[in-house]
Amino acid sequence: MNPMPWSATFFIPLLPFAGFLINGTLGRRLPRVVVSTVALLFTALPAALVAWLWKTMCATGAPSSVESTIHPSGFDWINITGLHIDFAFAVDHLTLIMLAVVTGVGFIIHIYSVGYMAHEEGYWRFFAYLNLFMFFMSLLVLAANFLLLFVGWEGVGLCSYLLIGFYFKKYSAASAGKKAFIVNRIGDFGFLLAMFLLIVHFGSLDFKEIFSILAQNPEWQQQGAHFLPTIALLLLLGAAGKSAQIPLYIWLPDAMEGPTPVSALIHAATMVTAGVYMVARCHPLFNSSPLALTVVALVGAATAIFAASIGMVQHDIKRVLAYSTISQLGYMFLACGVGAYAAGIFHLLTHSFFKALLFLAAGSVIHALHGQQDMRWMGGLRTRTPLTFWTMSAGVFAIAGIPPFAGFFSKDEILYRTFTSPNPLHIVLWLVGLLTAGMTSFYMFRLWFKTFFGEPRFDESASLDLHGAAVHARSSSTLTLEADDQGGTMHSVHESSWIMLLPLVLLAILSVAGGWVGIPAALGGNNQIEHFLDPVFANGTAGEGIAAMTGHGLELVLAVISVLVALVGFYIAYVFYYEKPGTAAALAERNKAAYSLVKNKYWVDELYGAFLITPMLMFTRISELIVDHGLVDGSGAAAGATTRGLAWLTRKQISGNIRSYAGWLAIGAAAVIALMIFGNVLKGPL
Amino acid sequence: MQLALFIVFGALALGGALNLLLQRHPIHSALSLVVVMMSLAVLYWSLGAEFLAAAQVIVYSGAIMVLFVFVIMLLNAGKEEHTQGSRVAYSVGFPGAAAIFCLLSFVFLSERGALQSSNIGGDLSSAVDNIAQVSATLFTRQLLPFEVTSILILVAIVGAVVLARREQ
Amino acid sequence: MVPTAYYLILAAMLFSIGIAAFLIKRNVITIFISIELMLNAVNLTFVAFAHMWHQVSGQIFVFFVMVVAAAEAAVGLAIILSIFRTRQTLNVDEIDLMKS
Repeated sequence: MNPMPWSATFFIPLLPFAGFLINGTLGRRLPRVVVSTVALLFTALPAALVAWLWKTMCATGAPSSVESTIHPSGFDWINITGLHIDFAFAVDHLTLIMLAVVTGVGFIIHIYSVGYMAHEEGYWRFFAYLNLFMFFMSLLVLAANFLLLFVGWEGVGLCSYLLIGFYFKKYSAASAGKKAFIVNRIGDFGFLLAMFLLIVHFGSLDFKEIFSILAQNPEWQQQGAHFLPTIALLLLLGAAGKSAQIPLYIWLPDAMEGPTPVSALIHAATMVTAGVYMVARCHPLFNSSPLALTVVALVGAATAIFAASIGMVQHDIKRVLAYSTISQLGYMFLACGVGAYAAGIFHLLTHSFFKALLFLAAGSVIHALHGQQDMRWMGGLRTRTPLTFWTMSAGVFAIAGIPPFAGFFSKDEILYRTFTSPNPLHIVLWLVGLLTAGMTSFYMFRLWFKTFFGEPRFDESASLDLHGAAVHARSSSTLTLEADDQGGTMHSVHESSWIMLLPLVLLAILSVAGGWVGIPAALGGNNQIEHFLDPVFANGTAGEGIAAMTGHGLELVLAVISVLVALVGFYIAYVFYYEKPGTAAALAERNKAAYSLVKNKYWVDELYGAFLITPMLMFTRISELIVDHGLVDGSGAAAGATTRGLAWLTRKQISGNIRSYAGWLAIGAAAVIALMIFGNVLKGPL
Repeated sequence: MQLALFIVFGALALGGALNLLLQRHPIHSALSLVVVMMSLAVLYWSLGAEFLAAAQVIVYSGAIMVLFVFVIMLLNAGKEEHTQGSRVAYSVGFPGAAAIFCLLSFVFLSERGALQSSNIGGDLSSAVDNIAQVSATLFTRQLLPFEVTSILILVAIVGAVVLARREQ
Repeated sequence: MVPTAYYLILAAMLFSIGIAAFLIKRNVITIFISIELMLNAVNLTFVAFAHMWHQVSGQIFVFFVMVVAAAEAAVGLAIILSIFRTRQTLNVDEIDLMKS
């Protein structure tokens, strides 16, 4: 196969953008078939380009990180004294993995959406936004400098807002979109400050330049220069906003208001991983500051266990998956925080497979149950929707970390690297990670049992009128409240169409086999993905030295421990939700306070509301009164009043009385004469 | 002797003007204006403008002021009543008039040296007398304005006839 | 040998008296007369300057001023006649149709 000309990389983002333009401008009038064909085509072509690019890069040899930058010829983006920024792409192995995830999983989800959104209004709008999202995400991943990355960063935030609020007529959806965008902006604020500091201290925003300057000045780290941790922590703030870490995770659960394919693509596989990608890309900056690395690890671990605890008591199937996403992202940050960037990216890869699968399968379940999302009214779907059951099971086993599924290898790698890292807190972090793994296994199997096993509870919901609410939620684009006449009983529950099942099967295969690229040496593999990313992270892995020293024995022991913990979680879920279904409810009754605390998400949203939002709203109200009504309206009114007053004064002079005119004439003439006589004095130095 | 001439007729002109200001009946004001014009004619003559002095007497006081007197008598204008006038005229106008006077006299007095003195009689160019000089310039260099003024007078006549006609 | 400045100051005095008369008087015709007074003062100024510069064009200008004053007096008085016919008054304070 011919090698790919580098300039063709520009088509990877441009093709989806073209799809957005076509669907966005003409889509309203085009038939649905055309819309979906356009969308699929402009997503499949970039995927093919990525495959070609991959082949080319493997053939020509891996360039070291960010060495091969591709510039469009003759296009100067920003060129001022002191700052030169190019509209340039950089491709290395990290980019390749991210592009594969974005275009590959993206394409699969596009196929699924054709089936899922078949009956929704605004079909063209959905695909236009999805294509726009692919454009921005590709831009983010391919960027060779911070500013272009930020363009993609902001763009995906915008698309997230647009797609969460897709059912914009529903108030909760619109406000969820708003919440996502605003919380993202807070993170972006940190990102912007980091960029400014980078310009000040490094004079450039180009990755290659910044990293080489950093490498040439090792004394900065030795002397403990303050700006390095500051930049790193600000970048972390930005990543926390985008990847839903503490304290900016609150938007992700609410983002489940969007259609399920959106949740799968944006809030599981791609956009939320942008933060992890950015941290991995900037690993020299983070490595230069041990403080920042520790903070990253702490934030990741804390978020992981925090979100897992909330996920254990949620009833909405999508909410469970949302908190699970937050928790898994915490794992990725934990990995980066202990210097195991390759492990973090590996987990990103496997997570995109099984999380997308879980979301899409959940969508299939919801679709089958005519919009019911509450797990309390599910059950017994194993026999009714077998293919959905088997594919979702693959996802559940993967995320729980059961070998040989994908999640086991990546999660285990992270836990192993945490345990062996030189960080003083490594044991604590490892324990937190282990506990979270147990909790993850527990709540995922809880979901599994409640949805697919046991007696079907769907019929009861019809009589309790929750079913009507479910229909309302399902077709919320049109806000119709009519009950679904033919639904309501288990007899009408059926499997989804092939177009929705095919992606599930593909992703299930990937969830099973996707982890096999990272089998560590201890278990007989050769950890291909780590070696693949070696050129990128060659000087980054702080924990490698110890890993080599301790050898395979420790790794095996830790692997066995994590599998045991996962199985314990499985067993507890089995007892609670299959064998003795009332156990969980009884436990909740006995510990009412704790249960209520966790169920209400630790009241974080309410705390934010009381301590941050309410004062801000008060401030805006005050400034509205003072500035808006007082200054702005006041100055406008004052201008008007002044003119009216002056006009009234002037009008009084037009009295029709000749003598008054003569009086004014006389004084005017005197003034003119005076000016003529003494005017030369005014001219003065002229 | 020129000084005496100036003082006498200057005082006469000034007195006539003040009388114009102070009299209540318009006919008295008109006749005072005639006095002013006559004295001004003498002053023109003393400044060497004999033609203008004659024209002043014949045209200005002999024709224009007669017209004024005719109209006053035609309209039977009586004494002025005391009505509330315009306060602006008094409060703004008088300072204006005073200011004009003060400014002008300031200029004239400060440039006294440049203004030199006047000699009684023809000093323009002794070979030719005043009227010859005036007509020479008027009919050669200022011919166009001369012709235009004749049209102006024609227009004025037509306008006066039209405006004063009774409505029919 | 009278300094030219005296003539000019006399003219300035006549001019300001004319303005004062314009402001004080209530009869329309008297106001007109005061305008004529102002014009005469200006004429005196021109003649004095013509004498000073030994030019005759100052006197030519006076000639034209007289002509225009004549025309203006004719037309103006005709207007006053028609105003009197419609308003039956010569009091300038009562002729205020242009009041806004």
